Amino acid sequence: MSPREVFALRDYLGPELKGRTISDARQNVSLTHILEETCLVGRFGELSGRSVLLAVADQLISGIAMTEIDGVARRMLLCPPDLNADHVKTLIEDAEIDAVVTDQPARWADVGVYLVVAARPPVRSGTRAKTERATEWLMLTSGTSGAPKIVSHTLEGLTGAIVADGPARCDRPVWATFYDIRRYGGLQIFLRAVIGGGSMVLTEPGEPLADHIARLQVRGVTHISGTPSHWRKLLMSGSAFGFAPRYVRLSGEIADQAVLDGLSRTFPAASIGHAYASTEAGVGFAVNDGLEGFPAELVGVNRDGVEMKVEDGSLRIRSMRTAHAYVGPHAADLTDRDGFVDTGDMVERRGDRYHFVGRRGGIINIGGLKVHPEEIEAVINRHAEVRMSRAKSRRSPITGAIVVADVILADGSDQSRAAAIRDKILAECRASLASHKVPAVIRFVPSLDVTPAGKLARHDA
Amino acid sequence: MRQVASEQQVTLPPLDDALSLHETGFDSLGFAILVARLEDDLGIDPFTISEDASFPLTIGDFIRAYENVPA
Repeated sequence: MSPREVFALRDYLGPELKGRTISDARQNVSLTHILEETCLVGRFGELSGRSVLLAVADQLISGIAMTEIDGVARRMLLCPPDLNADHVKTLIEDAEIDAVVTDQPARWADVGVYLVVAARPPVRSGTRAKTERATEWLMLTSGTSGAPKIVSHTLEGLTGAIVADGPARCDRPVWATFYDIRRYGGLQIFLRAVIGGGSMVLTEPGEPLADHIARLQVRGVTHISGTPSHWRKLLMSGSAFGFAPRYVRLSGEIADQAVLDGLSRTFPAASIGHAYASTEAGVGFAVNDGLEGFPAELVGVNRDGVEMKVEDGSLRIRSMRTAHAYVGPHAADLTDRDGFVDTGDMVERRGDRYHFVGRRGGIINIGGLKVHPEEIEAVINRHAEVRMSRAKSRRSPITGAIVVADVILADGSDQSRAAAIRDKILAECRASLASHKVPAVIRFVPSLDVTPAGKLARHDA
Repeated sequence: MRQVASEQQVTLPPLDDALSLHETGFDSLGFAILVARLEDDLGIDPFTISEDASFPLTIGDFIRAYENVPA
């Protein structure tokens, strides 16, 4: 049996496209001759057939190392920068890691892995790596509690949506994302930049938002993605002035009408859409009509091979883009017997569209009546003077729990009118929600916590 | 209590200590909201901090529950 031709990331990085770069706030690296350079001091040969933990703090070096390791190693586990050190030992065992690539070699000297390869900024290399095999890409779920799960993908599955979408309708796309590229949403953008012949502008940890946006403008970013929480933060910051991307995407959380409309007003010339994707289910679909939710006709088999169904209220996806399995000796099944991934995202049909109503585990139980916090937030966020909100459970001696909401007012809202705004929000909630879903208490807050994955923190969810 | 009543669109009867909570027209959600708002204003929730607090039956019981909280 002859193996079919295996493509690796390096196959998209030829010198024929000039002017391609990957940059962060400190470094700007040309991709034109990147195949003649190495971040691994030429030691990629030692990684052949190994299971590699890619634990590089520096996102740019990490990205270039991915292009060197893909097609050489047996598997490559991408560590996000906020990985809890307590979980490292289990991850190494479960993924059978036998090599670590890191920019902090001293930290990895005593974890029991025999081969530690230092990653550094790229330098010219005498040798060039060759594609030997299809490397398994391992990613971590961004769950809120407990040890992350290891999810196994192939490059073919990860790039399924990118290939289906075809090349960007733009001569020299410059991609950016508010995500870290070691997370599914960020990796999608990095892969789009590499495969689509574009450039990539990375985030810089700790960089003020205004500086980040100024950098995106200087680099001429045309395509950019983030979570609705990332985008609300940008809309609140007043930093968007002068920034004019052509393509704006939201994913990772529910995109409600308020954030979609806010982005349309701020970026009138841009295509604004939201995509459904998760580390486990891969890229499901994109919605580009400017409306929240998704057309009901997407349920069923779509033309690009993604199949969706709704069972017990949750969205389930089967496609070549889903992950293959959870990795580890005690790992649960990732799909059901028919190959569908249960996303845990609850949807509800209203007319000819489905709307996301929240996560299965996030339900608040008010004396036996249930509500998803996201449903309440969507109503509150519709209010013109609200930028962002978070509904949550508060224990109650009477009903077990009640709903309370923390609200950030939009820029320029008169804080002295808070009481009047609160009354208006409550009146709107009462008009469109069942009484148990109306917040018992509304607090105005200056900020809301966002997780490292860019999602609104739901500590009690 | 009147504010919560108007939000909940409940018409309160004249309030006195002997009026049973049932007769106020408040449902359990109304009381849950009232208790939460009072906790925010007063810093106490007598029904949670006291292990032997019995559920009040009248307006008088309800008010006494707050009065009896050790300062």
